[in-house]
Amino acid sequence: MSYLEYNTKYVPTGLRKILYVNWPLAVLLSAVAGVGFLMLYSVAGGSFSPWAEPQMKRFAVGFALMMMVAMVPAWFWRNMASVAYLASLALLLAVEFFGSVGMGAQRWIDLGFMRLQPSELMKVTLVLMLAAYYDWLPIHRKSRPIWVLLPVILILIPTALVLRQPDLGTSILLLAAGGGLMFLAGVHWAYFAAVIAAGVGLVTTVFQSRGESWQLLKDYQYRRIDTFLDPSSDPLGAGYHITQSKIALGSGGWTGRGFMQGTQSRLNFLPEKHTDFIFTTLAEEFGFIGAFSLLALYTLIIVFCVASALANKDRFSSLLTLGIALNFFLFFAVNMSMVMGLAPVVGVPLPLVSYGGSAMLVLMLAFGLAQSAHVHRPR
Amino acid sequence: MKRPRIDVEANHKLISRRAAILGGVQLAFVGALGARMQFLQVDQADQFRLLAEENRINIRIIPPARGEIFDRNGVALARNVPSYRIVIVREDAGDVEEVVSRLGKIVPLDEDEVERAMAEMKRSAPFLPITFADEVTWDDLSRVSVNAPALPGVTPEVGLSRVYPFGSDYAHVLGYVGPVSDYDLDKLEDPDQLLRIPRFQIGKVGVEAKAEGPLRGKGGAKRVEVNATGRVMRELDRREGTAGSDLQLTIDSKLQSYVQARLNGESASAVIMDVTSGDLLSIASAPTFDPNLFVRGISTADYSALTENKYRPLASKSVQGTYPPGSTFKMITAMAALEEGLIGPDETVYCPGHLEVAGRRFHCWKRAGHGWVDLQNSLKQSCDVYYYDLALKVGIEKITAMANRFGLGERHDVPMSAVAQGLTPTKAWKASTHGQDWVIGDTVNASIGQGYMLASPLQLAVMAARLASGNTVTPRLIKSIDGIEQPSGGGVSMGMNENNLRKMRRAMFEVVNDRRGTAYGSRIIDDAMRMAGKTGTSQVRNITAAERRAGVIRNEDLPWERRDHALFVNFAPYDNPKYAVAVVVEHGGGGSKAAAPIARDVTLQALSGGEPSLEAYPTKDRDRIKEQQRVLRGIEPLANVTGKDQA
Repeated sequence: MSYLEYNTKYVPTGLRKILYVNWPLAVLLSAVAGVGFLMLYSVAGGSFSPWAEPQMKRFAVGFALMMMVAMVPAWFWRNMASVAYLASLALLLAVEFFGSVGMGAQRWIDLGFMRLQPSELMKVTLVLMLAAYYDWLPIHRKSRPIWVLLPVILILIPTALVLRQPDLGTSILLLAAGGGLMFLAGVHWAYFAAVIAAGVGLVTTVFQSRGESWQLLKDYQYRRIDTFLDPSSDPLGAGYHITQSKIALGSGGWTGRGFMQGTQSRLNFLPEKHTDFIFTTLAEEFGFIGAFSLLALYTLIIVFCVASALANKDRFSSLLTLGIALNFFLFFAVNMSMVMGLAPVVGVPLPLVSYGGSAMLVLMLAFGLAQSAHVHRPR
Repeated sequence: MKRPRIDVEANHKLISRRAAILGGVQLAFVGALGARMQFLQVDQADQFRLLAEENRINIRIIPPARGEIFDRNGVALARNVPSYRIVIVREDAGDVEEVVSRLGKIVPLDEDEVERAMAEMKRSAPFLPITFADEVTWDDLSRVSVNAPALPGVTPEVGLSRVYPFGSDYAHVLGYVGPVSDYDLDKLEDPDQLLRIPRFQIGKVGVEAKAEGPLRGKGGAKRVEVNATGRVMRELDRREGTAGSDLQLTIDSKLQSYVQARLNGESASAVIMDVTSGDLLSIASAPTFDPNLFVRGISTADYSALTENKYRPLASKSVQGTYPPGSTFKMITAMAALEEGLIGPDETVYCPGHLEVAGRRFHCWKRAGHGWVDLQNSLKQSCDVYYYDLALKVGIEKITAMANRFGLGERHDVPMSAVAQGLTPTKAWKASTHGQDWVIGDTVNASIGQGYMLASPLQLAVMAARLASGNTVTPRLIKSIDGIEQPSGGGVSMGMNENNLRKMRRAMFEVVNDRRGTAYGSRIIDDAMRMAGKTGTSQVRNITAAERRAGVIRNEDLPWERRDHALFVNFAPYDNPKYAVAVVVEHGGGGSKAAAPIARDVTLQALSGGEPSLEAYPTKDRDRIKEQQRVLRGIEPLANVTGKDQA
């Protein structure tokens, strides 16, 4: 029994809850999804099929899901956290054995009506789990080594499983989101400093050893790292995508080439133009103004989430909302850095805009949780 | 249990603080993303826009039609005819092997070609047309069109291919075209994008190569939008090229064909030149070959047959071949002496059959000697001793200078391949090339066109033309380009004493028309066409003293390549010269026997504008000439020309 249950007397009940939903956030989400429909219509050459129409249906389902999740009291979700986490973990393991191979990696389970990517689900349930954990953990214990080790294990197990698929992008997101949540929960900064120092030290040592007698990795492994970090060193292989992507972005200029006028995407110079690289089409067709507007919309979503979280006195609720916002931020930040040539290509979609079922539904589920926390906040 | 209020507040404060830090980091990151966007899309926009255009737009070159070549009367010598080929597009064909086997039943397909095409198809994009049969006949093409429904992806394509209707008659003048090779690309510093078109045809030798510039024309271009795999999405715009310029040559095709036929069976060359304009009416060289074979790509067997032939059919002997001019050079030695005033009006020289110079004995061709000879008699009977004597008086420098004034030792500007410079030796030349001092014997040899002296038939024709006109006539082969008349080669007066020239012409007239002249057997009896000329027989071997004592071996008894070259230069008509002619028969023996009759026939042919009347020939020759004319009429050029409409 925690603070939350004892302060629900002011919480709205029944259908009145709809009035207490964070509507600006819902509108912003719909706006971003709308941008997605527009771009999917454009990359299909001015057609609702094959991408825009299914995406609209999925968003409708996702929106309904968000509203349903929002109606359920936040404490129910908190109590369900460990169940959800274990279920996700079980699904991840199932993918190991029964998963289908797509794009060279085992990522999804075919459920018949949809393809489920357990790694997507894990992003939310991990945040849920950690928020519940820190809600349960007495605050003075948060920095004790044993209580720090436990969430670290909770993060590393799914991360390792996802990395095995192999899906580097999602595992980085899991690691970053989990770490971020621990930071928000107030774990002593020295732990983070130590981890960062160790990481930097390791990377430096590995690179320092190159060409020395005690070289830590094989030569071909270094070459792979080189192309990964600097795709332009391999302009026709790994670098081709990123070069074409930058050309598309850059050729957009201030105002873009106009809706459906992007030559880079229309003539197939862009890879994965309806999924990971959809941002380049937007940037090419609507220019700096269009691209910057989308970035502003995303930032506003974060701002509304953070505002909701800070207005919420409940520890679980604010951690959950901040965690979801962080997750969302990582999503678009990694994707945009990737297509703009700031980060290596790791295969992270642009949230709510890229074509894809699980990602969309899981994101709407996550925002449903944030809405639930918002609706049921103690007043 | 209820959480204490203080705990809640502390916790909220902590979360807020941490959230602010993380939010700050996030905001900084968003700022970085925005800055990157601004960098790419605003600062670097122009550069990336350019790259996008480069991605999107391909420039395809449209080859222009090559200029055609005509003779002076407008008869086509090199033409473009449509040539048909059959191409298959993989993505339209579906099962390519099935389509090819069906195609094979309708038109003959070359197995090697099909194999090559299949391999090429595997390598190329599915939408690119691959040639399966080239040079397809019109009938085969019609059969393909009729069966089109059963042959998906098969389309006929039309191109232009070069045809030389007169084939071997113009092999050396026109040369031929062929697909541009890597060798050509390395050799030429020609940035023309047209040359990058696979199998683009360029001139390889002869006029086709030398006049490549005007003949080629300017390529057009179309800009097309392509997608990432190179498929053409649409044509954006198109700029038509300009076709190559048509050339008109100074050659008279009827005369050229006659001369080639007349030289048939010899290893010989002949040049006929207009003495007033320098127009080359005919440049013939035998044996010859069919240039059409080269256009399509000659087979190795055919090619080695041409290169291994000892009569060198590929060489254009009339401009590339250089020979000791022999006695045809005597006019030069005489002119040098006359212009120096070294020959008195009635001066004579005694010819005992040889002349001792610096302890060496130089022989006259006539062992018994000519006795007392003057200038006219010396040329008429081709007395060598007379010219030895002159040379000793004049000296080599004056002789060489005179030779140069008559166009010997000069590379004439004629658009043909490997035009020879010949050689007019000087003391300085011998010192630098051989590292030896000039000796008086060299001068003696040079005086009768032997020794180091070398000239091409073209140079000899120019020499004859200058003797006949007294002007600095230069040869002209291209009459007009696109109807624009090219400068005439008439030249200006050479500034020679007209009396001296007249003496030379008279002496040359005697050579042919005097009973004792060396070319009397090849005279023309029609008064309006009488010619003046000079025979030449140039040695290609040394005659040893021992052989001279035992009796010089007759040409007929020597192997072909050691026999003397037979030469003849002439102009006609004597009274009002129109044409100058030079004939060289390689290893033909005596100039009077082998070269002069050819020169007479081609001179008459040129003057008559066709087959000459038998009346022009001496009576006793007429039967023989009549038979010869009949035979020549039957000689056709080699011309392996396909295509439905031959010229």
